[in-house]
Amino acid sequence: MKKILNDPKDVVSEMVDGLVRAYPQYLTQLPDTTAMVRSDQASMVGKVGLVSGGGSGHEPSHAGFVGKGMLSAAVAGQVFTSPTPDQIYAAIKAVDQGKGVFLIIKNYSGDVMNFDMAKDMAELDDIDVKSVVVDDDIAVEDSLYTQGRRGVAGTVLMHKVLGAAADQGASLDELDRLAHAVLPQIKTIAVALSAATVPEVGKPGFELADDEIEYGVGIHSEPGYRREKIKPSKALVAELLGKLDESGHLDSQHQYAVLVNGMGATPLMEQYVFSHDLLDALAEKGIKPAFMKVGNYMTSIEMAGISLTLFDLTDAKWLDYLNYPVETIAW
Amino acid sequence: MLTTTQTIAWLNNFADKIETNKAYLNDLDTPIGDGDHGSNMVRGLTAVKATLADKSNADLTTVFKATALALISKVGGAAGPLYGTAFLEMAKASKDGVTDLGILLATALAGLKKRGGAATGDKTLVDVWRPVLTAVHADRLTSTVIKTAVERTKPMVAKKGRASYLGDRSIGHLDPGAVSSGYLFTALLETVVQS
Ligand SMILES: Nc1ncnc2c1ncn2[C@@H]1O[C@H](COP(=O)(O)OP(=O)(O)O)[C@@H](O)[C@H]1O
Ligand SMILES: [Mg+2]
Repeated sequence: MKKILNDPKDVVSEMVDGLVRAYPQYLTQLPDTTAMVRSDQASMVGKVGLVSGGGSGHEPSHAGFVGKGMLSAAVAGQVFTSPTPDQIYAAIKAVDQGKGVFLIIKNYSGDVMNFDMAKDMAELDDIDVKSVVVDDDIAVEDSLYTQGRRGVAGTVLMHKVLGAAADQGASLDELDRLAHAVLPQIKTIAVALSAATVPEVGKPGFELADDEIEYGVGIHSEPGYRREKIKPSKALVAELLGKLDESGHLDSQHQYAVLVNGMGATPLMEQYVFSHDLLDALAEKGIKPAFMKVGNYMTSIEMAGISLTLFDLTDAKWLDYLNYPVETIAW
Repeated sequence: MLTTTQTIAWLNNFADKIETNKAYLNDLDTPIGDGDHGSNMVRGLTAVKATLADKSNADLTTVFKATALALISKVGGAAGPLYGTAFLEMAKASKDGVTDLGILLATALAGLKKRGGAATGDKTLVDVWRPVLTAVHADRLTSTVIKTAVERTKPMVAKKGRASYLGDRSIGHLDPGAVSSGYLFTALLETVVQS
């Protein structure tokens, strides 16, 4: 393992410290926690608080999206490990303005349970809390009897939409309805070229040969659905877009927002090449994205690879929310 | 009747076992999870040991509650809320005057199942808790009971937690949470049941 760090045990606390000291205009750390709240307190007054978070290793998620027009707070857990209820609770308390707090959770059993416990704690303080569990990764079958789909890069689009609505004064119930209307319209699929190494573990989460790729890998090295030899960008686009199409998602009559997301070690140069092929392939289907972002939004430490998110904008207002101005580190 | 002294000995023994097997638990969590179960548990049990250091004169409820809070605030992941809830439930039951080990564990298991929604056979720590509880009720907890329960998770298909993403490919691997719960009950056997 070759990484820029001191003791692997301290990586999260030192990262959070570096982050808040580098960007005091956006982030303020809550004492004795790894929860970061929006520095611009005035922008939160009278509004519903939005709290997200999850394991670390996905930077700039989630703290990079804290700021006016987006999240009120983000809670950083250990690397690839959900934050604990006490920390989430501290964030909820810190951002509550008497209008309630909305939680954006990714669908992992750890995240769901820790956020649920925090919700229980906040409700004891009479803070109204509602939540959405994002599960945009179509690599995994959805089923009532299992954990279901994972939450991945599409979560960032959920942050954006809800953040814009909250900033414009949406109530807790309105945010809840909006989140659940948006949820089924965001779908993501990824391809990995190499694995991530969790600092405390010291070795890669899975092995891929030099010339091999894996489709459907999750953001914590969860295995995907197929391995094969590396292919040209066009073929990767065809596979990922094909999967999204199979899930009943592509219709030339619809408007889409597109997120091409780098997983950590994939250069922007390659992400733009992929985007070039993607836009060609979409054009062939008669689709021109109404909104597009390319870059590292939800990474998996130094995993190489890309994820493709399509957000079906079934409500025209959602496009306005995506274009709404924000003041954050990473949007 | 479970005492404070026994419980502290039990949990310290559990902490030692977790510490010794940190790398092994991480390894078990690698093919069917994210490779952190050992690290998560060590973080929690180190905090448990520290908080229990001055609790030898405390009542059982205080011991369970301090343990629960240490686990909830330090472990994270799926295991934190699960083990944390188990000890919180035992704290609540002991506050109502329960000191019987079988009843305490039954309350803990009910809390675990409620928190995680896992049923028997889902390839989680519940698959160790269930048979251990039956054995404790029958006064027949042995290391074989524990070992068998842990081993039985190997052919199971995971239905909850990260391992569930693998579907059938989770077959043939021990569940890491089942193994750490195996240590919890081996520690119990060594400190409480046999004494
Ligand atoms: N919903 C659940 N119900 C019961 N046990 C679960 C559940 N989800 C996960 N587990 C247990 O947690 C263990 C994994 O813990 P850990 O690796 O610490 O957390 P994470 O999966 O968040 O990384 C699994 O081996 C399993 O026994
Ligand atoms: Mg794990």
